[in-house]
Amino acid sequence: MTENKFKYIGRERRTKEDKRFVIGAGNYVADIARPGCLHLAVVRSPHPCARIAAIRTEKALALPGVHYVLTGAELEEYTKPLQQYLDTPNVRWYSLAVERTRYAGEWVAAVVADSRYIAEDAVELIEVDYEPLPFIIDPEAALLPEAVAVHPKHGSNVIYRRTFSWGPVAEDFSKADHTLAFRTRWHRSATVPLETFGVISEWGPGQDILEVWASIQMPQYVEQIAAALKMPQNNIRVHYDVDVGGSYGVKRGIKHTVMVCYLAKKLGRPVRFIEDRLDNMSGGDMHGPDRSFDMKVAFDKSGRINSLKIRVLDDVGAYPGRSPLQLGKPIGAIVGAYRIGSVEYEAISVTTNKTGQVAVRGFGQSPTNVALETAIDRVAAYLDLDRLEVRRRNFIRPEDFPYLIPSGTTYDSGNYPAVLDKALNLADYERMLVRRDELRASGVAAGIGIATCLEPSGGNSAFEGLLNPSNESTTFLEAVMVKVDRNGTVTVIINTTTSGQGHETLVSLIVGEELEREPDQIRVVHSDSLNGLWTHSPVGSRMAIMMGGAAAGAAKKLKRDLLRIAAHNLGVAEDELAYDSGTISVAKDSTRKLSWEQLVIIAHRQYQKMPAGMEPALQSTFVLEVPSGGNLPTPDGRIQMYPCHSFQAHVALVSIDMGTGKPTILDYSIAHDCGTVINPHIVRGMIYGGAAHGIGAAFYERFAYDEGGQLLSQTFMDYLLPSVHEVPEIRQTEHCTPSPLTSHGQKGVGEGGYLGAPAAMASAVNDALAPHGKTLDTLPMRIRDIWECLNLA
Amino acid sequence: MSNHDIKIKVNGVVRTGTVSARTTLADFLREDCRLTGTHIGCEHGICGACSVEYDGQPVRSCLMYAVQADGHEVTTVEGLSDKDGKLSALQDAFCDTHALQCGFCTPAMLISAQSLLNETLKPTDEQIREALSANICRCTGYVQIFQAVRLAAERLRSGKEKVAS
Repeated sequence: MTENKFKYIGRERRTKEDKRFVIGAGNYVADIARPGCLHLAVVRSPHPCARIAAIRTEKALALPGVHYVLTGAELEEYTKPLQQYLDTPNVRWYSLAVERTRYAGEWVAAVVADSRYIAEDAVELIEVDYEPLPFIIDPEAALLPEAVAVHPKHGSNVIYRRTFSWGPVAEDFSKADHTLAFRTRWHRSATVPLETFGVISEWGPGQDILEVWASIQMPQYVEQIAAALKMPQNNIRVHYDVDVGGSYGVKRGIKHTVMVCYLAKKLGRPVRFIEDRLDNMSGGDMHGPDRSFDMKVAFDKSGRINSLKIRVLDDVGAYPGRSPLQLGKPIGAIVGAYRIGSVEYEAISVTTNKTGQVAVRGFGQSPTNVALETAIDRVAAYLDLDRLEVRRRNFIRPEDFPYLIPSGTTYDSGNYPAVLDKALNLADYERMLVRRDELRASGVAAGIGIATCLEPSGGNSAFEGLLNPSNESTTFLEAVMVKVDRNGTVTVIINTTTSGQGHETLVSLIVGEELEREPDQIRVVHSDSLNGLWTHSPVGSRMAIMMGGAAAGAAKKLKRDLLRIAAHNLGVAEDELAYDSGTISVAKDSTRKLSWEQLVIIAHRQYQKMPAGMEPALQSTFVLEVPSGGNLPTPDGRIQMYPCHSFQAHVALVSIDMGTGKPTILDYSIAHDCGTVINPHIVRGMIYGGAAHGIGAAFYERFAYDEGGQLLSQTFMDYLLPSVHEVPEIRQTEHCTPSPLTSHGQKGVGEGGYLGAPAAMASAVNDALAPHGKTLDTLPMRIRDIWECLNLA
Repeated sequence: MSNHDIKIKVNGVVRTGTVSARTTLADFLREDCRLTGTHIGCEHGICGACSVEYDGQPVRSCLMYAVQADGHEVTTVEGLSDKDGKLSALQDAFCDTHALQCGFCTPAMLISAQSLLNETLKPTDEQIREALSANICRCTGYVQIFQAVRLAAERLRSGKEKVAS
């Protein structure tokens, strides 16, 4: 381990946030009590597709305590459709179904009442006349020209389709010693936070401000509310001091918000909507990618992979929103950790009569990584080579960085062989092999899972312009403000909600490091959307890089101001000064100095001592654009996607009960390289937690629809979440290859665990099935699926 | 729906109220008592986020009606620290190992783990796993929660041993 040169960064310190949560003092949206608040409940469509012939609300409105019933027809009249990120003007999405329903569970009407209990009573009194229409559930069938269109005016179910070709794919395939092909399937699942989505809105008529408290993690939230409500953005105040009870990408309740805001303004009363679990699972628009990958691999007899052909079909459900872009992000790491010279990538996004897809941890990268890592294992099996050896032969080598991949992204830094070795050491791989074989000899199936993953981090929006050429926006900034008050204490203002990532800890450590002030004494507050600066929200593993970088930038500016004040008062040039924990002295004569307190007094109270023309007081803002950002794609679809590239290697031993097919993870080791670690506790938590999400996606979690279009997994009794029985005590170790692009060498770490674990689990199960002559390439690998592999011919 | 006058001792304080027969204990605690540390995650008894201690045993407050708790004692996360706000050994250990991220499952996770520590200060890994399996966490992968429970047990044991010697 390299020596830590920092005073606060990378040290084993408590986080700033934990204390309020262990005493139950978190401030979640459902905890916020507004006087006179009304409660909302929704009517859900039982049909996957039906014309809404009539909605009768009289009985509901007659129930004491009921204030209003809202329908899609009214929303269509007074609001604009919610944003689509592709040019699909005939895909019109509102908070409530307009004219027809497009999936079972879609919200058709909303009741506002004195309590949620009464609102739910009233929901049962609303009568909707539905005329069922044909619907489409299977994504492959949805592609066919004769398929029923989910949005008839759009003309087909194809929302996006493009074949990218980077490098000499045809030539590489024709020259290859071998080729192979296979298909992997990633079924619908999501990260499913324990807190459902919730939002409260209140209209302040005196000020004409619409107040919004929401459990949100979403870029451009305020501007989309403003657009839908046809309201100036500065009439809306989103409060970012709401604690979010988990998100992992999915907390994008724009449709909930627009409906609640509309009602709050119309009724002149605060309105709140806290989804119950059924609202959330069936119609909350929080399902993740639903994909099949058709993979073709060209390789030589030594196992070096020359080229890939990938066809991916993604079922985005009824209302695509931002989700088709999840086919775009994987382009930024389309070759994973490997030197693969050319790639063809056909990306297809298709609508079906299911709830809309939303961003999930990794933004499409995790299913892609399963396909990539399966390719490596298949090549090894085909050539009868060791899986580790094939990885090592194909790895981008440490001396290759910065490394340009065929699709236009340059990886910043890394040492993949070293990280893999650390994972193998941690796992005691040689012994693990013996243990696997002993298990097999004792009559159980057992397999070792090996997987690596690239984690693009620093969250950029480059895929927006790549998939939608009419979108020329490239800016994906993050802003931080630092100020020092008259008593010398430091406050940092950040401009987004937090859903467990520890942003307060992050910026206090970085500002503390830069100003050499104790982080525990630094206050970090969340602004609101009117009094703060700008954010693109904590997506794409970006905040260590972006919020951390902006915090460092603001702190450096403030430190420069302190040096300027000191130079003026000590009568020397700034470069003759030494800064030590806030005290500034003349480097060659340390008796001539000004303390932090003295500098603060000058800045805040003694204008006569300030350098001419300098602003009084001590404050600074810094707005950081994504490092390496600001570029539009080339016509052939090459783009620098994200700036930084973390890496992980996962090694796991899994046993499978032959009689039941039940998998048990006996041992799980992860080595990771996210550059400089800012807070070790937070990094470890992200690794473990991401892997647990991946274990869920690999074995248990699936939003399954039947042929009639009904969602079969609407509760936690059908949609299975891994408990402490299913998740082993994962072990982790770190490696540090600093990023040259960030303030302290940090990279992102929020998604890697989730990118590596499903691939590792698939690899383990397939290693266990190999002696039985079977493969299983469909996730989740349910107990029944595994049993069938082992027991049916 | 009939209304009922109830009296429940919550965190050592007697709370009275008039509730509808269908008011859940979770809603009574959160809305009537404004003890919002108890969270509602699924309302069908799986996730465990609403767990509170009821007459010394952890229960799902989303699956109980408030009237059922009439005359009984309930401890919520707000009752785990001492009167001066000093964190319990378990809360302190959760902070030391960062046994949480978003914090939503944390109060109920503490209730379950505390119930275990009330029974034994030498829990086996299997006992810890059994106790924590009542609660789902989506953030942490449970590793640091495991570490926190072991750490708290160890500190409580050594604390007791010191008192004894």
